[in-house]
Amino acid sequence: MASISLRKVVKRYGCGPKANQVIHSVDAEVLDGEFVVIVGPSGCGKSTLLRMVAGLEEISAGEIAIGPLVVNQIEPAERDIAMVFQNYALYPHMSVFENMAYGLKIKKLPAAEIKARVDKAASILELSALLQRKPRELSGGQRQRVAMGRAIVRKPQVFLFDEPLSNLDAKLRAQTRLEIQKLHRDLGVTSLFVTHDQVEAMTLAQRMIVMNAGRMEQFGTPEEVYARPASTFVAGFIGSPPMNLLSGEARGSYFYVGGISLDLPAPAPKDGALILGLRPEHLDHWNAATGWPFQVEMIEMLGAERLVYGRLGTEAFTLRIDGTQVPPLLGQTLMLELSAKHLHWFDAETRNRL
Amino acid sequence: MVERRPWLDALSHLVLILGVLIIALPVYITFVASTRSTSEIIHPPMPISIGSHMVENYQAALSGEREGPGSKAAVGHMMTVSLVMALAIAIGKIAISLLSAFAIVYFRFPGRMLFFWAVFITLMLPVEVRIGPTYQVVADLGLLNSYAGLTIPLIASATATFLFRQFFLTVPEELTEASRMDGASPMRFFIDVLLPLSSSSIAALFVIQFIYGWNQYLWPLLVTTDESMYPVVIGIKRMISGGEAQTDWAVIMATAMLAMLPPALVVMLMQRWFVKGLVDTEK
Repeated sequence: MASISLRKVVKRYGCGPKANQVIHSVDAEVLDGEFVVIVGPSGCGKSTLLRMVAGLEEISAGEIAIGPLVVNQIEPAERDIAMVFQNYALYPHMSVFENMAYGLKIKKLPAAEIKARVDKAASILELSALLQRKPRELSGGQRQRVAMGRAIVRKPQVFLFDEPLSNLDAKLRAQTRLEIQKLHRDLGVTSLFVTHDQVEAMTLAQRMIVMNAGRMEQFGTPEEVYARPASTFVAGFIGSPPMNLLSGEARGSYFYVGGISLDLPAPAPKDGALILGLRPEHLDHWNAATGWPFQVEMIEMLGAERLVYGRLGTEAFTLRIDGTQVPPLLGQTLMLELSAKHLHWFDAETRNRL
Repeated sequence: MVERRPWLDALSHLVLILGVLIIALPVYITFVASTRSTSEIIHPPMPISIGSHMVENYQAALSGEREGPGSKAAVGHMMTVSLVMALAIAIGKIAISLLSAFAIVYFRFPGRMLFFWAVFITLMLPVEVRIGPTYQVVADLGLLNSYAGLTIPLIASATATFLFRQFFLTVPEELTEASRMDGASPMRFFIDVLLPLSSSSIAALFVIQFIYGWNQYLWPLLVTTDESMYPVVIGIKRMISGGEAQTDWAVIMATAMLAMLPPALVVMLMQRWFVKGLVDTEK
């Protein structure tokens, strides 16, 4: 087991002034045995970053170390890592056993050792009955487990997962998520997991890296990322429905937005142009006697809760309320009451948290 | 087509039967001729039933012990020459084109596209176009009347290289990456992953190239002057004596029948893989 250090890692394609830079100086330290999820929208560079750790992409600048060893110039096979690919990349002509054993065979391990390791991994993953099957005879979930088995048998220092759940249906995905968590708890191997799905990220991560357009926006525990988003991007990306972001003008304990002025429970950190963030679920009362005037336009029933869409002045705003309560009427104006601890303030220019 | 109409069925059967007749009738006539004596064949009408000279004709053909003018090379030996030539061409072509396609698809080296296009452009040049210079080269190297001279100039194959290149391009990139993570060297990846995946294409290509090699006529005609190096296709030609002398047609027909056997066997035995190679989409 080992830690992973990313130091000022840069990736660009092409060279000279026309080079296309896709990763902008990422600095991160993944601790020994930690499960870190890299999350971001598609095209944000998260897979590229993972592939650089794997050694499948060259590192343009900066360095990556696994344990004490800088691996920039080291072949993927010698980095002591294992990777699970999005489409599993099983060898179609080999049986499940051969797929899992292939890497060990190349390492020239004795046959008995290979068999013992594969059998053990197969029993962990409940693949024992399928060892002689070909990948095409397996279901999607089983293939996914074989891909994980292939990673496990190598007993690597680091697991890399490249969106391994995105080809599964929703039910299987939730189940596999739990299995991966259990696996990590049992094996304790340092893991890097790439996904675009924030639910996967929140549930699996011990700490998560939120990426946007090749930059690391925030690196923290899911609780931190949810409670104290570092930028408006993170605020909008994590949480469903996303945090309400209102661009307006703060003056003392008033916030001017969408043609109205809102009475703040505590003064803004500074006067001037700011962005105010408020999560749809963080309201003390949505039907108070006084507060922020919110006009209801649409309601969605999700079972345990309702999503209420509407406007604060002219700005779009969303509420999430308990599904068991009597819902507001369409067109009704509600008075929202909230407390200071739920307000998030962002700089209008840098869009970073204040 | 899912249409079910009796007259359509009849029509399609008729077309198929006609097709079979057009192909099978000459083969049948050849077979009949190989069972008759030469005098029965050359006096019209041509018989269409099997005669009684089958054993002696085939014996004469195989051993080369026969009378009359024309070549007396033993068919057995000529068949061996043909077999070696066809196998060498088929296997050589497959080996060379697999490796060159592997190089072109998986390695970045200077002049990669140049090489690819150089190979690709030779698709347009059949053997006949370059036959003069090729003969000069082979003759200068002292390869006339040898297996090397018979096979090497025919081994390079742009078609097969192109075919394998197209196949390799469809192999998912993740497989390459997975094998890199597993620590497989490029050659290991080639042997353990690419070769098994292309096995059905290889089988299909083997059938096509074996028949191509077996049926070579012009090139062996040029480079072999020694009877012991005649492939059977040339042998048949040399048995026909020119001019006034009598030709032993019965033995020639027997030889022709024998010459048809190996390619037919290859097609029949490898048919399953051959068809799979042409229609298979599983990667």
